[in-house]
Amino acid sequence: MAKTMNRKPRLGVFKFASCDGCQLSLLDCEDELLVVAGAVEIAYFLEATRRPLRGRFDLTLVEGSISSPEQLDLIRDVRARSKFLVTIGACATAGGIQALRNWGHVKEYLEAVYARPDYIKTLDTSTPIAEHVPVDFELRGCPINKHQLVEVIAAFLAGRRPNVPNHAVCVECKRAGTVCVMVAQGIPCLGPITHAGCGAICPSFDRGCYGCFGPSKTPNVVSLTTQFSQSGVSSDAIRRVLHTFNAWSPEFRDAQ
Amino acid sequence: MPSKTRTITVQALARVEGEGGLTIRMCDGQVDGVELRIYEPPRFYEGFLRGRSAMEVPDITARICGICPVAYQMSSVHAVEKIFGVTMPPELRALRRLLYCGEWIESHVLHIYMLHAPDFLGFESAVAMAQASPELATVVRRALRLKKAGNSIVNLVGGREVHPINVRVGGFYRLPHRNQLQGLVEELKWARDAALETVRWSAKLPFPDFADDYEFVALRHAAEYPMNEGRIVSSLGLGDDQDKYPNHLRLLADLRRSPPASLPGRSA
Repeated sequence: MAKTMNRKPRLGVFKFASCDGCQLSLLDCEDELLVVAGAVEIAYFLEATRRPLRGRFDLTLVEGSISSPEQLDLIRDVRARSKFLVTIGACATAGGIQALRNWGHVKEYLEAVYARPDYIKTLDTSTPIAEHVPVDFELRGCPINKHQLVEVIAAFLAGRRPNVPNHAVCVECKRAGTVCVMVAQGIPCLGPITHAGCGAICPSFDRGCYGCFGPSKTPNVVSLTTQFSQSGVSSDAIRRVLHTFNAWSPEFRDAQ
Repeated sequence: MPSKTRTITVQALARVEGEGGLTIRMCDGQVDGVELRIYEPPRFYEGFLRGRSAMEVPDITARICGICPVAYQMSSVHAVEKIFGVTMPPELRALRRLLYCGEWIESHVLHIYMLHAPDFLGFESAVAMAQASPELATVVRRALRLKKAGNSIVNLVGGREVHPINVRVGGFYRLPHRNQLQGLVEELKWARDAALETVRWSAKLPFPDFADDYEFVALRHAAEYPMNEGRIVSSLGLGDDQDKYPNHLRLLADLRRSPPASLPGRSA
């Protein structure tokens, strides 16, 4: 794809319901930003450039979930303009922390939070991009790992698949030589069922993984939660630890 | 003669945190009305924090903003510790301050060089600035290195730049080693010089000659630059303790509608 182009590929970066953190990861590539900007044309990226929304995109990065009526229209427009669409982060890939409303009533949330709920426009749910339009690749994480983002862009430019492993965080811990916090200290850790990519940061800081990269490929959620409850974690605490930034991902959604 | 009207609409404001649009209506060369629309959708943090463990709060509130997650971790961790009557020993207090300083460096460099400077100098982005001339390329490279210096603090003390994982109710999960902190020193010495260079450089930007009667609100601390602690004060003289914050804001809102002298709590 990108290899055969005579012009620089056009990059679009879009934000939906989210915190800005994943698209900021691109600006956080202090060593690579100017190189990336030399290899692609940054055609739309509201956080970085005032260029208006025009034309089509060869590579589109989408941050954030769908949570308002306008966003539903915008994502369809963005998809129609995009050749290769990549979701970046837990909001775009799994609905984000704001998907916790999906278990409650949005009206109750509106009244609990806002003095004038009538000013607020929102959908009843917060949902991933892939529930609305086809997605070509999903990059996990809350936030994404910026080195993986550079890998996705580099892979696109080279016309190959991104090298983003989908095994569990446990593999990263073993590779880093970090002693297992669950075995050695009895700290509940979501590492065995969480998608790799962060570099197993939390266990290296003596705390359990809290699952911000979402489920790994074929996670055995029941086995881990059984282990948690046998070591004294309450069922409510188990539900809460799975219901954070990737709560709406199918593997974590119905977990008890 | 019929009046000439003109409307300027910006659908989406660029290079700002959050999302908004702006409409300016003009009549005969005079601004007739300005409308700022914040269309950022609600995410209901206050709603879904109910029923969570206090220990989970700093990890969740960080996600309010990916540009300043430490700010939300600090304010929530302080709120929870205040409820439990916990105070930090001086070493941990200093380390939290260091983490927050790292974010300030990173975030302020982002704002000065990458979000705002292009508007002052007439470029669409900092990248376009860097491509415009060798001098500006040097400026943008200095900005990126300075930003990285701030991020290196957040990385070391917090575990990662965006949504750090090390802040815990009652302190930190793990403390950095002395030699890790030592490893930051040389680059931070360069960063101090670069920060002073930044002040000199940005002071020369062409600021418009415009003033309005804004009331600015900030923290004030008796002994240090206030980041985490202090009284809430306003530039027109209101002051109050942090836990009276909601009352204080209500007073400020009233102030915009009433003459200053009629308000209670005003000392200047």
